[in-house]
Amino acid sequence: MTATISTTSRPDLFRFTMPLMAAFAAMFGFVGGNMVAQPWLGALVGAIIGCVIAWVAETNLSRRTTVRWAIIGVLGLAGLVFGNVGTAISGVIIGAILSWGAYWLATGQYGTSVPIYYTAKQTLWHNTFKFICGLIFFFLIAPLVPVMWLSFNAQDFFTFTPEMLNFEAAGYSLKHYRDFLGTDEWMVPLKNSLIIAPIATIISVTLGTLAAIGLSQSHVPGRQAIMAILISPMIVPLIISATGMFFFYAPLGNWLEASLGLSQSFVGFVKVILAHAVLGIPFVIITVTATLVGFDRSLTRAAASMGSDPVRTFFKVQMPLILPGVISGGLFAFITSFDEVVVVLFVGSAQQQTLPWQMFTGLREQISPTILAAATVLVVFSILLLTTVELLRRRSERLRGLTPA
Amino acid sequence: MNFKKPILATMALGLSAGSLAADGHMASDMTLVSWGGAYQQSQINAYSDPYVAMNPGVTVTWDESSAEAVAKLRAMNEAGSITWDVVDVVAADALRLCDEGLALEIDADEVLAPAPDGTSASDDFGDLLVGDCFIPQIVYSTTFGYRTDMVPAGVDAPNDICDVFDLATYPGMRALEKRPINNVEWALLCDGVAKDDVYDVLATEEGQEQALAKLDTIKDSVIWWSAGADTPQLLADGEIFMGSTYNGRLFAAIEEQGQPIGMMWDAQVFDLDGWIIPEGLSDERLARALDFVRFATDTQRLADQAKYISYGPARLSSAPLVGNHATLGIDMAQHMPTDPNNAANTFLYNYEFWADYRDDIDGKFQAWLAQ
Repeated sequence: MTATISTTSRPDLFRFTMPLMAAFAAMFGFVGGNMVAQPWLGALVGAIIGCVIAWVAETNLSRRTTVRWAIIGVLGLAGLVFGNVGTAISGVIIGAILSWGAYWLATGQYGTSVPIYYTAKQTLWHNTFKFICGLIFFFLIAPLVPVMWLSFNAQDFFTFTPEMLNFEAAGYSLKHYRDFLGTDEWMVPLKNSLIIAPIATIISVTLGTLAAIGLSQSHVPGRQAIMAILISPMIVPLIISATGMFFFYAPLGNWLEASLGLSQSFVGFVKVILAHAVLGIPFVIITVTATLVGFDRSLTRAAASMGSDPVRTFFKVQMPLILPGVISGGLFAFITSFDEVVVVLFVGSAQQQTLPWQMFTGLREQISPTILAAATVLVVFSILLLTTVELLRRRSERLRGLTPA
Repeated sequence: MNFKKPILATMALGLSAGSLAADGHMASDMTLVSWGGAYQQSQINAYSDPYVAMNPGVTVTWDESSAEAVAKLRAMNEAGSITWDVVDVVAADALRLCDEGLALEIDADEVLAPAPDGTSASDDFGDLLVGDCFIPQIVYSTTFGYRTDMVPAGVDAPNDICDVFDLATYPGMRALEKRPINNVEWALLCDGVAKDDVYDVLATEEGQEQALAKLDTIKDSVIWWSAGADTPQLLADGEIFMGSTYNGRLFAAIEEQGQPIGMMWDAQVFDLDGWIIPEGLSDERLARALDFVRFATDTQRLADQAKYISYGPARLSSAPLVGNHATLGIDMAQHMPTDPNNAANTFLYNYEFWADYRDDIDGKFQAWLAQ
């Protein structure tokens, strides 16, 4: 075997490429056959197709592009003949994957990405490892695809209709997006979330950063105990915190309403914002404490020796250096508040309905695809947000003369 | 900073609320609690939108928490902070809340409007005024829907409650609610117990065993639902052949969504849904809540709700006023559970029986489910 799997000579068709391709294509055949309740027949047909593709690739090594397009075309056409537009698209995708796999095996390309001294076993492990990594990404991302797809459903159910699977225009609609963007039922909760989350984030970042700096001083007595208490909202089960907060904030709210004459709605926002700030503080403390470990204390002493007062030193020297930790802690705090449903159900009243609350009740009572539209909008929004942050990070690194990592 | 404006607006509102509330000694904010979905939408269209149009300056907030109304009202009462003004609950929950002193006792003739012909409210609502706190709104029913395209060839569509238990003629999965109420009655009815004897039999150990034994014959073919939206979703998916749910959900799936679903009204179980006002509201909020309830349960408003959803109005005087669906234009009378064609064989939810036996039979049912 070691002779066949070297980087220079190509592998044997019948002992290597064809059986692997047959097994690979049989997996697709099994899944496809399952849809017509004939999984094993499908696997057999798949294995035969795999053998044929392996043979075609082996005998046409130099005409790679032409042959790959031909295989894609044939499988797509077969899908169209035996099924509909949906199966044709699956045929094209499977054709692209199988033809790529066949050439990857037949040309010995799989061996070019590993060091030349690798044995057959090491090469096999290297490629299996890459395959497992690919699967992990697939299982992380794949559940989002049906969510996004179903959000364009023309019906009010979580069901792929025959029209959707045939890619007919009648099966698709933007009505769930109209429901999401055009009704108070969803826009008021979104607005509430966008009021509550940023204010709660600002409070938790301020308090959390101060606490982290204080706790990183060696002379503070009982540091471990204070730290444990401040971090406890992250460890105590949320439902317990929520119950406690409900009974803590209810009299506080009553007092604010009765003695200061504030409106019920305003007091409700204050209660939810404070509750969410408490939940966000542990994340800020942990990330800022981690960045403070790498902070050189002699810098503050140097600033002091030049006559700078502690507040100025903090904002001009310490803050810029620990800023990455503060920002990522703030992001966590923001997401905690923006995603939170348990505490707001307890502490808030209907005027503070947040987006997760609306999604929760909508899913329980209605099972309406408007939730899917909301989810899709949020996913796209967070992708844009993360991309922007990453681009800004690279820009600032470029400006500082570093190569982006 | 885009967030500043709404926050400042909220603050301004908060500080000025004290003076705004002075309007006729009634609060200007009102939180109504309901079930969400098409049902809540019908209430918004028929009750709260016209009410706000008549009383500009009143803001209505909806909370979709009726499913946990009892637990939440208990907690609010304990914490001394009632944030709800009018709550939509099923009659059974209203009775519990009334017994626990969490709901306000109502004198129907004093609080509710008389019928247009002068009939008093207590006569107009009649038997539906169960308990001392409950203000009835609609009659709904729990009944079956089935996939019309999954009825076996050469067989009539199911039209008898016992077809649910007939796996030989009607193969396929069923959806039943994950609680004994309704299911055990249907089981006994199809196990040879006469309709009048059902609750006498169910009161005995043997009767309860008999009902569970009958349910056991189809247990392997049952998907248990807990939210009213589950069955329409399962029917639309074709995952089940037939399933029980609230008739309004089936109406929406059939008429508004055009799903291939048929109604099987046999042995439908009537239940009531209505308002309660929580105990412990301030005088201004109570005045507002009473004013709203009086408006929302008058003869015309109850008939208006039937334009948007196929639940029967609770007042006798509303029935002749039920017209066509607001957007589909179809005659709603024939889709009401109370229509004579649909109501040939019906049950009325037995509040007294279930108040006494619920915990006991619930326990046995859940134990049987887990077997």
